[in-house]
Amino acid sequence: MTHEFSEAIAEDREPLDNWRQYFRFSTDHKVIGVQYMVMTFIFFLIGGLLAMIIRAELLTPESNLVDRPLYNGLFTMHGTIMIFLWIIPFNAGLSNYLVPLMIGARDMAFPLLNAISFWILPPAGILLISSFLLPNGTAQAGWWSYPPVSLQFPPGQLINGEFIWIVSLILIGISSIMGAVNFVTTIFWMRSPGMTFFRMPVFVWSVFSAQLLQLINLPALTGALILLLFDLAFGTQFFKPEEGGDPIIYQHLFWFYSHPAVYIMALPAFGIIAEILPAFSRNPLFGYRSVAIASLGIAVVSIFVWVHHMFTSATPGWMRMTFMFTSMLVSIPTGVKAFAWTATIWKSKLHLETPMLFAMGAAAMFIFGGVTGVMLAATPFDIHVNNTYFVVGHFHYIVFNTITMAIFAAIYFWFPKITGRMYAEGWGKLHFWLTFIPANITFFSMHPLGLQGMLRRVSSYDPRYQGWNVIASLAAFLLGVSTLPFIANIVGSWLYGPRAVDNPWHATGLEWTTSSPPPRDNFAEIPIVTRPPYDYGDPKYSVIKNSNNGE
Amino acid sequence: MFRFLEYLLIAGYIAVLLVISHWIGQQAYSWMPLQATAEAKKVDDLFSFLVSIGAFILLGLVGMMLYSVLFFRASKEDYSEGHPSRGDVRLEILWTATPTLLVLWIAFQSFNIYQQLNILGLGQIVHLHLPLESHSVALASLGASPANAAIVSDVPKPASETIDVFAKQWEWSFRYPNNLTSNELHLKVNRNIRLNLHAQDVIHGFYVPEFRLKQDIIPKRDIDIVLTPTRTGKYKLKDSQFSGTYFALMEADVYVESVEAYNQWLTQTASEPTAIKNQAVAENIQVAKTLFKSGWYTVAPDQPAVANERKVSNDT
Repeated sequence: MTHEFSEAIAEDREPLDNWRQYFRFSTDHKVIGVQYMVMTFIFFLIGGLLAMIIRAELLTPESNLVDRPLYNGLFTMHGTIMIFLWIIPFNAGLSNYLVPLMIGARDMAFPLLNAISFWILPPAGILLISSFLLPNGTAQAGWWSYPPVSLQFPPGQLINGEFIWIVSLILIGISSIMGAVNFVTTIFWMRSPGMTFFRMPVFVWSVFSAQLLQLINLPALTGALILLLFDLAFGTQFFKPEEGGDPIIYQHLFWFYSHPAVYIMALPAFGIIAEILPAFSRNPLFGYRSVAIASLGIAVVSIFVWVHHMFTSATPGWMRMTFMFTSMLVSIPTGVKAFAWTATIWKSKLHLETPMLFAMGAAAMFIFGGVTGVMLAATPFDIHVNNTYFVVGHFHYIVFNTITMAIFAAIYFWFPKITGRMYAEGWGKLHFWLTFIPANITFFSMHPLGLQGMLRRVSSYDPRYQGWNVIASLAAFLLGVSTLPFIANIVGSWLYGPRAVDNPWHATGLEWTTSSPPPRDNFAEIPIVTRPPYDYGDPKYSVIKNSNNGE
Repeated sequence: MFRFLEYLLIAGYIAVLLVISHWIGQQAYSWMPLQATAEAKKVDDLFSFLVSIGAFILLGLVGMMLYSVLFFRASKEDYSEGHPSRGDVRLEILWTATPTLLVLWIAFQSFNIYQQLNILGLGQIVHLHLPLESHSVALASLGASPANAAIVSDVPKPASETIDVFAKQWEWSFRYPNNLTSNELHLKVNRNIRLNLHAQDVIHGFYVPEFRLKQDIIPKRDIDIVLTPTRTGKYKLKDSQFSGTYFALMEADVYVESVEAYNQWLTQTASEPTAIKNQAVAENIQVAKTLFKSGWYTVAPDQPAVANERKVSNDT
């Protein structure tokens, strides 16, 4: 890429203390991106607090902290918040911020639609959490909300937790579909001259793949939720077995979206890892083209794997065997990625700053989660551990140890670009170790529990399971504490941190060629791209004078 | 020469990994509960196989990452390029082909073992005209002409006896061939038994960890599983599909016993009906003993019927 660092547009910098813009209706993709990220982090803290209460209840075999309906509400809301109000919208926020910068565009394709997509979320999220205040509380049927158990509410109460849950999720779904239209259009049409598909950073490829999945699969969930709402509130019988409905159809529709949802969450995380590993190992991403194509490959395969969540449901053998096979195919493109990451690090020049620690931690933990994922795809084994803590452990290795770790990596990596200030490196490293070690202890402990037959969603359990549960709970509390140094670092550095240079990591990518933070229109002049991505061999990325972070 | 040494080291690393991952795979048997059915052994063999392969991949890749962290560090100011390689077609083909072959192997193994389990079988691919779970029809015809059995061997095989399993919020009950209804599941050791699963209100799941079998029970659908207990003892049947407020309390005792003990129990208990305690009912009628009480709505469990009763009617 022939672009120079932007000394020229340094005067255009917006004042760094212009914090009020983040509370306004703005159509600037960078403002919207920050709005998404900060808001979803608040939901992450709420979801995390709910997890702490769940883990506190599971310290002892008896049900003695929260009564059972409340416990069921807690895990339902924990799952819903973490998936639909933390990871998915955080990724939308990060993608919002980065995609136009990375492809050399001035904004998203539809800035107004972009702002509307965001502003649907705060009311939807507040609505969901407000259901704790209802007389009969929140939805209590888990984040899958399988009928008929999800429909068991006292007659005559139209507004109940389940009703709120469905309405809120439909709103979030609409927001996501609008966002997906925007992302796909932007990546298709807004690339700067010379930015061919095979010059796009892998992060853009993975956002593209994830948003295509949103576009194709999410309407199935939205439709199912509307039918569920009618069953709940207006007396229809779509999913009521006693009245001729079919609850299994709901499961198919639900997983038709909610399995790809895992990849909607994971693909941007893979993209983050693919940006950070090359920058801190000073290597081009190994096998760039195959990694880029693997992103699309994962998306395509993931559309055809949903029944592996239903291996113990009313599914015939042929269906179980077919979906076992397709589920295993996912490991081929994900394997390509994992091998490429390892090869990128191999024989390189590693710099282990905080973003790299989180990215490498996420990559390593993804291999663990991927291995247990292949195990779960093997139907006969899955039949034993289905709905046990083995699945909970596997899932959290993906959503926390991989995706949330990658999100932290992204926050540290792009923090100087977004805020124009540097974070404190020592605090970042402390945050990494406080996250990495307890997260592994917490979620590893769940695997032996599941193998021994401890079911998920139980509020009391056989005393023989207590040992691993105590370990998991104590480590989980430490994991909760680990967010404190992060918050202190981010808030403190945003306010008082030293000024960051435009490209503190000597990284490739168009976002590093503009100022930190970028001006309203991103680039003084639209960059013209002539070189492949991850061009770490170019001497301009090794220039020492540019490494002066802070003053 | 140096190149040769490097290959030698890599080969040595792989050999060590193979030994370690094989050893871990052998340990995997001890991570599982007791094996109380013929099916459990097969599932554990598969698990051990998966753990070996998984350990090899995990340790191989994480080992390379750790080695890199230890030995490929750059000095603070050195931002020059690590290595200029942008890829290697042969290597990329290798690491695409290897997992492909690996998962084909895993899928083949899993397929074989699945066929040996007596659960919802591949038979439906042949008999698509049959309603999903109406094995009773299929089996009746199978029983008449054993020649067909080879073709669709994976439909639950004819079992010596059938026990009806009833699940409702939050109670299990079992009806034996002599129409005895009980809250305990008694099974004869080394005899295959068909369990006909029924749910009354919401979806439940039949799961005994020591049996390695799990099957959701859907209201208005009859689903069969066949299993062969091979080890006498007392086990716990658990509800494996979330079924509402007292989900965690929905358990029943399972006894695998000799034919004599089974017959004795069947005749003895049939003559002495007893009222049974249901934990969900007991908890529902009192104020929760928890620190925080939300008092949110719950479906109230029914007072359990008298157990160990012979019923002639076919309802419930």
